[in-house]
Amino acid sequence: MSQPSPTIETYGLSKRYRGGQLAVDGLELSVPQGAVFGFLGPNGSGKTTTIRMLMGLIGPTAGRVELFGEPIPQAGNRVLPRVGALIEGPAHYPYLTGAENLARYDAADRSADPKTRKARIADALERVGLSNAAQKKAKAYSLGMKQRLGLAAALLQPRDLLVLDEPTNGLDPQGMREIRSLIKSLAADGTTVFLSSHLLDEIEQVCTHAAVMSKGRLVVQGTVAELGAGLRARLAVTTPDAAAAETVLKAAGGAEVHVEGDRVTCDADGLEPDAVCAALVSAGIRVFAFGVERPSLEDAFVALTGEGFDVAQ
Amino acid sequence: MSLSSSVDSGSSVHSGAVDSGVGVPPGRAVSGGARTARSRVRLRGSFALNELTTMFGRIRNLALLGALAAIPLALGVAIKLTTRHPDGGGGFISQVSNNGLFLVFSSLTITLPVFLPLAIGVVAGDSISGEAGQGTLRYLLVAPVGRNRLLAVKGGALAVFSLVASFTVAVSAFVIGLILFPIGPVTLLSGESISFGAALVKAVIITLLVAASLLGLCAIGLFVSTLTDTAIAAMAVTVGVTILSGILQSIPQLSSIQPWLFTDQWTSFADLLRDPVYTPNIVHNLLIQALYVAVFGSAAWARLSSRDVLA
Repeated sequence: MSQPSPTIETYGLSKRYRGGQLAVDGLELSVPQGAVFGFLGPNGSGKTTTIRMLMGLIGPTAGRVELFGEPIPQAGNRVLPRVGALIEGPAHYPYLTGAENLARYDAADRSADPKTRKARIADALERVGLSNAAQKKAKAYSLGMKQRLGLAAALLQPRDLLVLDEPTNGLDPQGMREIRSLIKSLAADGTTVFLSSHLLDEIEQVCTHAAVMSKGRLVVQGTVAELGAGLRARLAVTTPDAAAAETVLKAAGGAEVHVEGDRVTCDADGLEPDAVCAALVSAGIRVFAFGVERPSLEDAFVALTGEGFDVAQ
Repeated sequence: MSLSSSVDSGSSVHSGAVDSGVGVPPGRAVSGGARTARSRVRLRGSFALNELTTMFGRIRNLALLGALAAIPLALGVAIKLTTRHPDGGGGFISQVSNNGLFLVFSSLTITLPVFLPLAIGVVAGDSISGEAGQGTLRYLLVAPVGRNRLLAVKGGALAVFSLVASFTVAVSAFVIGLILFPIGPVTLLSGESISFGAALVKAVIITLLVAASLLGLCAIGLFVSTLTDTAIAAMAVTVGVTILSGILQSIPQLSSIQPWLFTDQWTSFADLLRDPVYTPNIVHNLLIQALYVAVFGSAAWARLSSRDVLA
């Protein structure tokens, strides 16, 4: 057997809306099988347009999309039953109950067996913690409950790919944790997860791979480790004796020493943290906190795009 | 990942991008042609059935049907309470107090130009645009429902709604006619008298013709509904088209286009109350409706199958 084809692959994917605005420009995305793929970018960077093209909801102006090696939208009816999706927030029939909403989406999928529908709906509701609200009308749901119901719809069947656009929107911190652990357990079962978010630490916590979009273009993609590789870790000391600490760090060979209030940092490259800490203490410096800080995805993002995480123009 | 392999086995039933193929449930493709065929039929009905239960479970639609059912009641009570009956010239209405069955014909005559198109306009205009407006269209499409299948199910459900709406008026009128007025043999427009039973059969056929008269409007509404994400706009346009058609109907200078208006032969159902039945206008009406369904159904298909779903 050859290497399994990537779960998602795009070739020169572009979308120009009728207004003339180029929303997505020459996207070459490759999501390996089994990855938890973080799709990052500020609001307006083309994430949702890309996801809509992946799902066959809108046609690309140029380029093409393949899911599981099959062309979208041509093979949509064959491929999409393997995909669970939450796109740009949940949507429901307000006059139907939670369970009835799921039954309708399930009936729309020809590959779904009506005989197991009830059990699968109960399972999906259980999984997202909505069992008690199953018989409530969706219009009575809170924003967080609607988000959970949307996730339940994506989980009606065992999926090979989950496309989740901002899945933790509207959830409380407890709900966010639950979603993260849900994603981890799905990924552990081998489901490929494509997770778009503007929350960097959310991606950092669960993703194995990431891609960064900016103004419709793909800035970079790769494993999360690769993305952070260009940035160096920093050694940070919190102390009231900042000036003395700065001297010690410089003496130990630390490059790029910065002092911000009671925090002193320097490049961790080539330094032995334990030796530096001992040197600080023996110099009589009161160390309140000490550690090596890995670069965050946010640092990587800023380094890659040279801009903050704001709405793209 | 048992699903991936089983979906592939089921997917061979699908014929490419064409929606006509109906998938066998993955991993449950039973041996034996008969059972496979049965499960296909059941599957085919599944989303269509869901559409119908959703349609007739929705309070708004039930309210529309309730309003339609109330019109014969209002008409019947008004006729009952009116002591003076002008002789002749009153059409069906003047005959109601002599024969309750005429309440069916009167009610259909009254509801066909306005109230039935209003109800159809609301439901047809809402059919796709309503799904788009509330965002459920994208989730149906990624389910995947298939765009052609969605359109077919929506169109079929509209035809069923026309039928149910017409029979709601007819059955309500029949029951109220039975309660309020005497019944007996019916005198036809051409002067002959037929038995109550035979007249009842004609009433059923007339109700079917009224439902068929609404099919062209259903197709227009379905098409308009694919153009916008705003349901209320599609409803207004659909109802507006009916009013416009009625206005064009009344302008003598436009006589050359009038035979092509979908409202042109709406009153042709009355020809069934002649003996022998006068068929040319009835046939003309059915042909017009078929033409509108073909044209606007194709337009709806062309629009929905190519459109970008951004809602």
